[in-house]
Amino acid sequence: MAEQHTIHVDIVSAEGEIFSGPAAMVFAPAAEGELGIAPRHAPLLTLLKAGEVRVQTPEGEYQSFFVGGGALEVQPNKVTVLADTALRARDIDEAAALAAKQRAEEALRDKPGHITQAEALAELARAAAMLKVLERLRKLRG
Amino acid sequence: MPGTKEIRSKIASVKSTQKITKAMQMVATSKMRRAQERMRLARPYAQKMRNVIGHLTEANPDYRHPFLVTRETKSVGIIVISTDRGLAGGLNAHIFKQTLLLMRDWQARGAQVSLCIIGSKGLAFFRRLGVPILANVSGLGDRPHVKDLIGTVKVMLDAYSSGELDRLFLVNAQFLNTMTQKPTTEQLLPIEAMDTEGLAEHWDYIYEPEAKVILEGLLIRYIESHVYRAAVENVASEMAARMVAMKAASDNAGKLIGELQLIYNKARQAAITKELSEIVRGAAAV
Repeated sequence: MAEQHTIHVDIVSAEGEIFSGPAAMVFAPAAEGELGIAPRHAPLLTLLKAGEVRVQTPEGEYQSFFVGGGALEVQPNKVTVLADTALRARDIDEAAALAAKQRAEEALRDKPGHITQAEALAELARAAAMLKVLERLRKLRG
Repeated sequence: MPGTKEIRSKIASVKSTQKITKAMQMVATSKMRRAQERMRLARPYAQKMRNVIGHLTEANPDYRHPFLVTRETKSVGIIVISTDRGLAGGLNAHIFKQTLLLMRDWQARGAQVSLCIIGSKGLAFFRRLGVPILANVSGLGDRPHVKDLIGTVKVMLDAYSSGELDRLFLVNAQFLNTMTQKPTTEQLLPIEAMDTEGLAEHWDYIYEPEAKVILEGLLIRYIESHVYRAAVENVASEMAARMVAMKAASDNAGKLIGELQLIYNKARQAAITKELSEIVRGAAAV
Protein backbone atom coordinates (compact mmCIF):
# COMPACT_ATOMS: atom_id res chain seq x y z
CA MET A 1 0.00 0.00 0.00
CA ALA A 2 1.34 3.35 -0.97
CA GLU A 3 2.09 5.69 1.89
CA GLN A 4 -0.25 8.63 2.20
CA HIS A 5 1.56 11.90 1.68
CA THR A 6 -1.29 14.30 2.09
CA ILE A 7 -3.84 15.08 4.71
CA HIS A 8 -7.22 16.66 4.11
CA VAL A 9 -7.63 20.07 5.71
CA ASP A 10 -10.88 21.93 6.39
CA ILE A 11 -10.78 25.41 7.83
CA VAL A 12 -14.27 26.56 8.75
CA SER A 13 -15.63 29.50 10.66
CA ALA A 14 -19.15 30.23 11.82
CA GLU A 15 -19.52 32.71 8.97
CA GLY A 16 -18.29 30.46 6.22
CA GLU A 17 -15.84 27.94 4.88
CA ILE A 18 -12.34 29.34 4.54
CA PHE A 19 -10.31 26.53 3.06
CA SER A 20 -10.78 22.93 2.07
CA GLY A 21 -8.26 20.74 0.32
CA PRO A 22 -5.29 18.42 0.61
CA ALA A 23 -2.10 19.46 2.35
CA ALA A 24 1.37 18.09 2.88
CA MET A 25 1.70 19.81 6.22
CA VAL A 26 -0.30 22.15 8.44
CA PHE A 27 1.09 24.65 10.93
CA ALA A 28 -1.14 26.14 13.59
CA PRO A 29 -0.70 28.38 16.66
CA ALA A 30 -1.88 25.99 19.38
CA ALA A 31 -2.51 27.26 22.89
CA GLU A 32 0.61 25.45 24.13
CA GLY A 33 2.86 26.51 21.28
CA GLU A 34 3.26 26.37 17.52
CA LEU A 35 2.23 23.03 16.10
CA GLY A 36 3.09 21.28 12.87
CA ILE A 37 0.89 18.47 11.67
CA ALA A 38 2.04 15.99 9.09
CA PRO A 39 -0.09 13.25 7.52
CA ARG A 40 -0.81 10.32 9.88
CA HIS A 41 -0.52 12.50 12.94
CA ALA A 42 -2.07 11.01 16.08
CA PRO A 43 -5.64 12.17 16.88
CA LEU A 44 -5.38 15.46 18.70
CA LEU A 45 -7.72 18.12 19.99
CA THR A 46 -6.37 21.50 21.00
CA LEU A 47 -7.36 25.11 21.31
CA LEU A 48 -5.77 27.74 19.11
CA LYS A 49 -4.45 31.17 19.90
CA ALA A 50 -4.86 34.10 17.58
CA GLY A 51 -2.35 33.80 14.79
CA GLU A 52 -1.56 32.34 11.44
CA VAL A 53 -2.55 28.92 10.19
CA ARG A 54 -0.28 27.87 7.35
CA VAL A 55 -1.13 25.13 4.93
CA GLN A 56 1.58 23.63 2.77
CA THR A 57 -0.07 22.31 -0.36
CA PRO A 58 1.17 19.06 -1.96
CA GLU A 59 2.87 21.25 -4.60
CA GLY A 60 4.95 22.83 -1.88
CA GLU A 61 3.31 26.22 -1.86
CA TYR A 62 2.23 27.90 1.35
CA GLN A 63 -1.16 29.40 1.99
CA SER A 64 -1.74 31.26 5.19
CA PHE A 65 -4.92 32.21 6.99
CA PHE A 66 -5.42 34.40 10.00
CA VAL A 67 -7.50 32.98 12.81
CA GLY A 68 -8.65 34.86 15.88
CA GLY A 69 -8.49 31.67 17.89
CA GLY A 70 -10.54 28.52 17.82
CA ALA A 71 -9.97 24.80 17.97
CA LEU A 72 -7.99 22.27 16.00
CA GLU A 73 -9.01 18.69 15.57
CA VAL A 74 -6.76 16.06 14.07
CA GLN A 75 -8.14 12.75 12.95
CA PRO A 76 -5.92 10.12 11.33
CA ASN A 77 -6.37 11.51 7.83
CA LYS A 78 -8.18 14.77 8.40
CA VAL A 79 -7.47 18.11 10.04
CA THR A 80 -10.30 20.44 10.97
CA VAL A 81 -9.70 23.98 12.09
CA LEU A 82 -12.72 25.55 13.76
CA ALA A 83 -11.69 29.16 13.39
CA ASP A 84 -13.04 32.18 15.25
CA THR A 85 -13.83 35.13 13.04
CA ALA A 86 -13.25 37.57 15.85
CA LEU A 87 -10.21 38.10 17.97
CA ARG A 88 -10.85 36.31 21.24
CA ALA A 89 -9.35 37.03 24.58
CA ARG A 90 -10.79 36.90 28.07
CA ASP A 91 -10.76 40.67 28.61
CA ILE A 92 -12.18 41.44 25.16
CA ASP A 93 -15.07 39.05 25.75
CA GLU A 94 -15.56 40.51 29.20
CA ALA A 95 -15.73 44.05 27.82
CA ALA A 96 -18.23 42.98 25.17
CA ALA A 97 -20.42 41.35 27.81
CA LEU A 98 -20.29 44.48 29.93
CA ALA A 99 -21.29 46.64 26.97
CA ALA A 100 -24.26 44.36 26.24
CA LYS A 101 -25.38 44.64 29.87
CA GLN A 102 -25.06 48.40 29.83
CA ARG A 103 -27.10 48.72 26.67
CA ALA A 104 -29.90 46.75 28.31
CA GLU A 105 -29.77 48.89 31.44
CA GLU A 106 -29.78 52.13 29.48
CA ALA A 107 -32.70 50.99 27.40
CA LEU A 108 -34.67 50.18 30.54
CA ARG A 109 -33.80 53.46 32.20
CA ASP A 110 -35.07 55.55 29.30
CA LYS A 111 -38.64 56.58 29.95
CA PRO A 112 -40.99 54.79 27.62
CA GLY A 113 -42.31 57.43 25.29
CA HIS A 114 -38.94 59.04 24.99
CA ILE A 115 -37.41 56.85 22.30
CA THR A 116 -40.84 55.97 21.05
CA GLN A 117 -41.15 59.14 18.99
CA ALA A 118 -40.45 57.07 15.90
CA GLU A 119 -43.15 54.64 16.96
CA ALA A 120 -45.63 57.46 17.49
CA LEU A 121 -44.90 58.80 14.02
CA ALA A 122 -45.43 55.36 12.55
CA GLU A 123 -48.71 55.06 14.44
CA LEU A 124 -49.78 58.47 13.10
CA ALA A 125 -48.92 57.48 9.55
CA ARG A 126 -50.92 54.29 9.96
CA ALA A 127 -53.94 56.18 11.29
CA ALA A 128 -53.72 58.72 8.46
CA ALA A 129 -53.58 55.92 5.89
CA MET A 130 -56.63 54.27 7.46
CA LEU A 131 -58.58 57.54 7.34
CA LYS A 132 -57.70 57.94 3.70
CA VAL A 133 -59.01 54.48 2.90
CA LEU A 134 -62.23 55.18 4.77
CA GLU A 135 -62.67 58.44 2.94
CA ARG A 136 -62.12 56.72 -0.38
CA LEU A 137 -64.64 54.02 0.46
CA ARG A 138 -67.21 56.60 1.42
CA LYS A 139 -66.70 58.40 -1.89
CA LEU A 140 -67.02 55.19 -3.87
CA ARG A 141 -70.25 54.26 -2.12
CA GLY A 142 -71.66 57.60 -3.18
CA MET B 1 -67.75 64.72 -7.04
CA PRO B 2 -64.17 65.84 -6.29
CA GLY B 3 -62.39 67.98 -8.81
CA THR B 4 -60.32 66.31 -11.50
CA LYS B 5 -57.17 68.07 -10.36
CA GLU B 6 -57.50 66.65 -6.89
CA ILE B 7 -57.89 63.13 -8.20
CA ARG B 8 -54.91 63.56 -10.47
CA SER B 9 -52.65 64.61 -7.63
CA LYS B 10 -53.90 61.68 -5.56
CA ILE B 11 -53.05 59.28 -8.38
CA ALA B 12 -49.57 60.78 -8.58
CA SER B 13 -49.03 60.34 -4.85
CA VAL B 14 -50.21 56.72 -4.89
CA LYS B 15 -47.94 56.08 -7.86
CA SER B 16 -44.91 57.42 -6.02
CA THR B 17 -45.79 55.26 -3.00
CA GLN B 18 -46.02 52.28 -5.30
CA LYS B 19 -42.58 53.05 -6.67
CA ILE B 20 -41.15 52.99 -3.17
CA THR B 21 -42.84 49.75 -2.17
CA LYS B 22 -41.71 48.14 -5.41
CA ALA B 23 -38.13 49.21 -4.79
CA MET B 24 -38.28 47.92 -1.23
CA GLN B 25 -39.63 44.63 -2.49
CA MET B 26 -36.72 44.21 -4.88
CA VAL B 27 -34.14 45.20 -2.29
CA ALA B 28 -35.64 42.72 0.17
CA THR B 29 -35.53 39.97 -2.44
CA SER B 30 -31.83 40.36 -3.09
CA LYS B 31 -31.02 40.72 0.62
CA MET B 32 -33.00 37.58 1.35
CA ARG B 33 -30.95 35.62 -1.19
CA ARG B 34 -27.73 36.79 0.42
CA ALA B 35 -28.97 35.93 3.90
CA GLN B 36 -29.94 32.46 2.70
CA GLU B 37 -26.45 32.04 1.32
CA ARG B 38 -24.95 32.99 4.67
CA MET B 39 -27.22 30.48 6.40
CA ARG B 40 -25.80 27.83 4.13
CA LEU B 41 -22.23 28.94 4.87
CA ALA B 42 -22.77 28.65 8.62
CA ARG B 43 -23.84 25.02 8.39
CA PRO B 44 -20.47 23.18 8.07
CA TYR B 45 -19.05 24.88 11.16
CA ALA B 46 -22.05 23.94 13.31
CA GLN B 47 -21.96 20.40 11.95
CA LYS B 48 -18.25 19.90 12.66
CA MET B 49 -18.62 21.50 16.07
CA ARG B 50 -21.40 19.07 16.88
CA ASN B 51 -19.31 16.11 15.79
CA VAL B 52 -16.34 17.12 17.88
CA ILE B 53 -18.41 17.86 20.98
CA GLY B 54 -20.34 14.62 20.58
CA HIS B 55 -17.08 12.73 20.35
CA LEU B 56 -15.58 14.56 23.26
CA THR B 57 -18.49 13.92 25.59
CA GLU B 58 -18.57 10.28 24.62
CA ALA B 59 -14.86 9.85 25.19
CA ASN B 60 -15.13 11.43 28.65
CA PRO B 61 -18.25 9.89 30.18
CA ASP B 62 -17.08 10.62 33.74
CA TYR B 63 -16.94 14.37 33.23
CA ARG B 64 -20.15 16.33 32.77
CA HIS B 65 -19.82 19.99 31.96
CA PRO B 66 -22.51 22.17 33.65
CA PHE B 67 -23.79 23.11 30.19
CA LEU B 68 -24.78 19.48 29.69
CA VAL B 69 -26.44 18.87 33.06
CA THR B 70 -30.14 19.47 33.60
CA ARG B 71 -30.98 20.92 36.98
CA GLU B 72 -34.14 21.97 38.73
CA THR B 73 -35.55 25.01 36.94
CA LYS B 74 -36.18 28.06 39.08
CA SER B 75 -35.27 30.70 36.57
CA VAL B 76 -35.33 30.80 32.80
CA GLY B 77 -33.49 32.98 30.34
CA ILE B 78 -34.80 33.67 26.86
CA ILE B 79 -32.79 35.12 24.01
CA VAL B 80 -35.25 36.83 21.68
CA ILE B 81 -34.14 37.72 18.19
CA SER B 82 -36.20 40.43 16.51
CA THR B 83 -35.64 42.82 13.63
CA ASP B 84 -34.32 46.37 13.77
CA ARG B 85 -36.75 47.77 11.26
CA GLY B 86 -40.47 47.44 10.69
CA LEU B 87 -42.50 46.94 7.52
CA ALA B 88 -41.96 43.22 7.72
CA GLY B 89 -45.56 42.07 7.98
CA GLY B 90 -46.40 40.21 11.15
CA LEU B 91 -42.94 38.78 11.69
CA ASN B 92 -42.04 40.55 14.92
CA ALA B 93 -45.57 40.20 16.30
CA HIS B 94 -45.35 36.43 15.83
CA ILE B 95 -41.96 36.27 17.54
CA PHE B 96 -43.22 38.31 20.50
CA LYS B 97 -46.32 36.18 20.82
CA GLN B 98 -44.24 33.02 20.86
CA THR B 99 -41.99 34.55 23.52
CA LEU B 100 -44.94 35.64 25.66
CA LEU B 101 -46.41 32.14 25.50
CA LEU B 102 -43.08 30.66 26.58
CA MET B 103 -42.78 33.21 29.39
CA ARG B 104 -46.29 32.51 30.63
CA ASP B 105 -45.65 28.80 30.48
CA TRP B 106 -42.58 29.03 32.72
CA GLN B 107 -44.08 31.63 35.02
CA ALA B 108 -47.02 29.27 35.57
CA ARG B 109 -44.47 26.68 36.72
CA GLY B 110 -43.10 29.18 39.19
CA ALA B 111 -39.93 30.11 37.37
CA GLN B 112 -38.41 33.58 37.08
CA VAL B 113 -37.99 34.79 33.52
CA SER B 114 -35.25 37.10 32.28
CA LEU B 115 -34.69 38.19 28.74
CA CYS B 116 -31.88 38.97 26.38
CA ILE B 117 -33.01 41.01 23.41
CA ILE B 118 -31.41 41.17 20.01
CA GLY B 119 -32.88 43.82 17.70
CA SER B 120 -34.45 47.18 18.53
CA LYS B 121 -38.06 46.18 17.80
CA GLY B 122 -37.87 43.56 20.52
CA LEU B 123 -36.40 46.05 22.96
CA ALA B 124 -39.19 48.55 22.32
CA PHE B 125 -41.76 45.85 22.96
CA PHE B 126 -40.38 43.98 25.95
CA ARG B 127 -39.25 46.84 28.12
CA ARG B 128 -42.89 47.80 28.61
CA LEU B 129 -43.49 44.46 30.31
CA GLY B 130 -41.19 45.11 33.23
CA VAL B 131 -39.39 41.80 32.83
CA PRO B 132 -35.65 42.04 33.60
CA ILE B 133 -33.60 42.42 30.45
CA LEU B 134 -30.07 41.22 31.08
CA ALA B 135 -28.43 42.09 27.81
CA ASN B 136 -29.23 43.77 24.54
CA VAL B 137 -27.69 44.31 21.17
CA SER B 138 -29.33 46.20 18.32
CA GLY B 139 -28.37 47.45 14.91
CA LEU B 140 -26.70 44.27 13.68
CA GLY B 141 -27.78 45.21 10.17
CA ASP B 142 -28.30 42.82 7.32
CA ARG B 143 -25.03 41.04 7.94
CA PRO B 144 -24.79 40.01 11.58
CA HIS B 145 -21.30 39.09 12.74
CA VAL B 146 -20.33 36.63 15.42
CA LYS B 147 -18.20 39.25 17.12
CA ASP B 148 -21.24 41.48 17.71
CA LEU B 149 -23.03 38.64 19.47
CA ILE B 150 -20.22 37.35 21.71
CA GLY B 151 -20.82 39.83 24.53
CA THR B 152 -24.57 39.40 24.58
CA VAL B 153 -24.35 35.63 24.61
CA LYS B 154 -21.65 35.71 27.26
CA VAL B 155 -23.91 37.60 29.67
CA MET B 156 -26.45 34.79 29.43
CA LEU B 157 -23.82 32.02 29.65
CA ASP B 158 -22.27 33.65 32.70
CA ALA B 159 -25.70 33.90 34.32
CA TYR B 160 -26.17 30.22 33.62
CA SER B 161 -22.76 29.26 34.98
CA SER B 162 -23.29 31.24 38.16
CA GLY B 163 -26.67 29.59 38.73
CA GLU B 164 -28.81 32.67 38.09
CA LEU B 165 -30.40 30.87 35.17
CA ASP B 166 -31.24 27.19 35.02
CA ARG B 167 -32.35 27.06 31.44
CA LEU B 168 -31.72 29.15 28.36
CA PHE B 169 -34.02 29.37 25.37
CA LEU B 170 -33.72 30.98 21.99
CA VAL B 171 -36.70 32.40 20.09
CA ASN B 172 -36.37 33.47 16.49
CA ALA B 173 -38.17 33.29 13.18
CA GLN B 174 -37.41 30.13 11.29
CA PHE B 175 -37.05 30.52 7.56
CA LEU B 176 -39.13 27.76 5.99
CA ASN B 177 -39.50 29.32 2.55
CA THR B 178 -40.19 32.68 0.99
CA MET B 179 -43.86 32.58 1.94
CA THR B 180 -43.59 31.01 5.37
CA GLN B 181 -41.60 32.08 8.39
CA LYS B 182 -42.47 30.41 11.65
CA PRO B 183 -41.37 31.51 15.11
CA THR B 184 -39.49 28.72 16.85
CA THR B 185 -38.27 28.05 20.35
CA GLU B 186 -35.09 26.13 20.95
CA GLN B 187 -33.45 25.12 24.18
CA LEU B 188 -29.84 26.29 24.18
CA LEU B 189 -28.88 25.25 27.70
CA PRO B 190 -28.59 22.67 29.04
CA ILE B 191 -27.54 21.24 25.71
CA GLU B 192 -29.72 18.34 24.81
CA ALA B 193 -27.91 15.10 24.15
CA MET B 194 -25.69 15.23 21.09
CA ASP B 195 -26.29 12.58 18.53
CA THR B 196 -23.32 10.29 18.84
CA GLU B 197 -24.48 7.98 16.11
CA GLY B 198 -21.99 7.46 13.37
CA LEU B 199 -19.18 7.54 15.88
CA ALA B 200 -18.68 3.82 15.71
CA GLU B 201 -14.93 3.90 16.19
CA HIS B 202 -13.94 4.48 19.77
CA TRP B 203 -10.69 6.31 19.75
CA ASP B 204 -9.66 9.17 21.91
CA TYR B 205 -7.73 12.33 21.21
CA ILE B 206 -4.58 13.64 22.74
CA TYR B 207 -5.76 16.74 24.58
CA GLU B 208 -3.76 19.87 24.81
CA PRO B 209 -4.59 21.40 27.31
CA GLU B 210 -6.86 19.06 29.22
CA ALA B 211 -10.24 17.94 27.95
CA LYS B 212 -12.30 20.08 30.34
CA VAL B 213 -10.76 23.34 29.15
CA ILE B 214 -11.22 22.39 25.52
CA LEU B 215 -14.79 21.28 26.08
CA GLU B 216 -15.64 24.58 27.76
CA GLY B 217 -14.16 26.56 24.86
CA LEU B 218 -16.00 24.45 22.33
CA LEU B 219 -19.34 24.57 24.09
CA ILE B 220 -19.25 28.37 24.30
CA ARG B 221 -18.45 28.61 20.61
CA TYR B 222 -21.13 26.10 19.83
CA ILE B 223 -23.78 28.21 21.56
CA GLU B 224 -22.46 31.36 19.90
CA SER B 225 -22.57 29.80 16.48
CA HIS B 226 -26.11 28.68 17.23
CA VAL B 227 -27.19 32.21 18.10
CA TYR B 228 -25.34 33.53 15.06
CA ARG B 229 -27.14 31.11 12.79
CA ALA B 230 -30.46 32.09 14.35
CA ALA B 231 -29.65 35.77 13.80
CA VAL B 232 -28.86 35.16 10.14
CA GLU B 233 -31.97 33.06 9.74
CA ASN B 234 -33.96 35.87 11.29
CA VAL B 235 -32.56 38.30 8.73
CA ALA B 236 -33.59 35.95 5.94
CA SER B 237 -37.07 35.70 7.44
CA GLU B 238 -37.28 39.46 7.86
CA MET B 239 -36.39 40.04 4.24
CA ALA B 240 -38.82 37.38 3.04
CA ALA B 241 -41.62 38.83 5.15
CA ARG B 242 -40.83 42.34 3.93
CA MET B 243 -40.74 41.15 0.36
CA VAL B 244 -44.22 39.63 0.67
CA ALA B 245 -45.60 42.65 2.54
CA MET B 246 -44.21 45.06 -0.03
CA LYS B 247 -45.54 42.99 -2.88
CA ALA B 248 -49.01 43.15 -1.33
CA ALA B 249 -48.61 46.90 -0.84
CA SER B 250 -47.59 47.40 -4.48
CA ASP B 251 -50.53 45.32 -5.67
CA ASN B 252 -52.91 47.30 -3.50
CA ALA B 253 -51.48 50.55 -4.79
CA GLY B 254 -52.01 49.28 -8.34
CA LYS B 255 -55.65 48.50 -7.58
CA LEU B 256 -56.11 51.88 -5.97
CA ILE B 257 -54.62 53.64 -8.98
CA GLY B 258 -57.01 51.74 -11.25
CA GLU B 259 -60.02 52.79 -9.22
CA LEU B 260 -58.88 56.40 -8.99
CA GLN B 261 -58.25 56.46 -12.72
CA LEU B 262 -61.80 55.32 -13.32
CA ILE B 263 -63.19 58.03 -11.04
CA TYR B 264 -60.97 60.54 -12.77
CA ASN B 265 -62.16 59.52 -16.23
CA LYS B 266 -65.78 59.73 -15.16
CA ALA B 267 -65.27 63.17 -13.66
CA ARG B 268 -63.50 64.35 -16.78
CA GLN B 269 -66.22 62.96 -19.03
CA ALA B 270 -68.89 64.63 -16.90
CA ALA B 271 -67.09 67.95 -17.11
CA ILE B 272 -66.84 67.72 -20.90
CA THR B 273 -70.49 66.77 -21.26
CA LYS B 274 -71.49 69.65 -19.03
CA GLU B 275 -69.43 72.09 -21.00
CA LEU B 276 -70.82 70.84 -24.31
CA SER B 277 -74.40 71.10 -23.16
CA GLU B 278 -73.70 74.60 -21.93
CA ILE B 279 -72.31 75.57 -25.34
CA VAL B 280 -75.24 73.99 -27.13
CA ARG B 281 -77.70 75.72 -24.83
CA GLY B 282 -75.86 79.00 -25.33
CA ALA B 283 -75.97 78.56 -29.13
CA ALA B 284 -79.69 77.75 -29.00
CA ALA B 285 -80.36 80.89 -27.00
CA VAL B 286 -78.69 83.06 -29.59
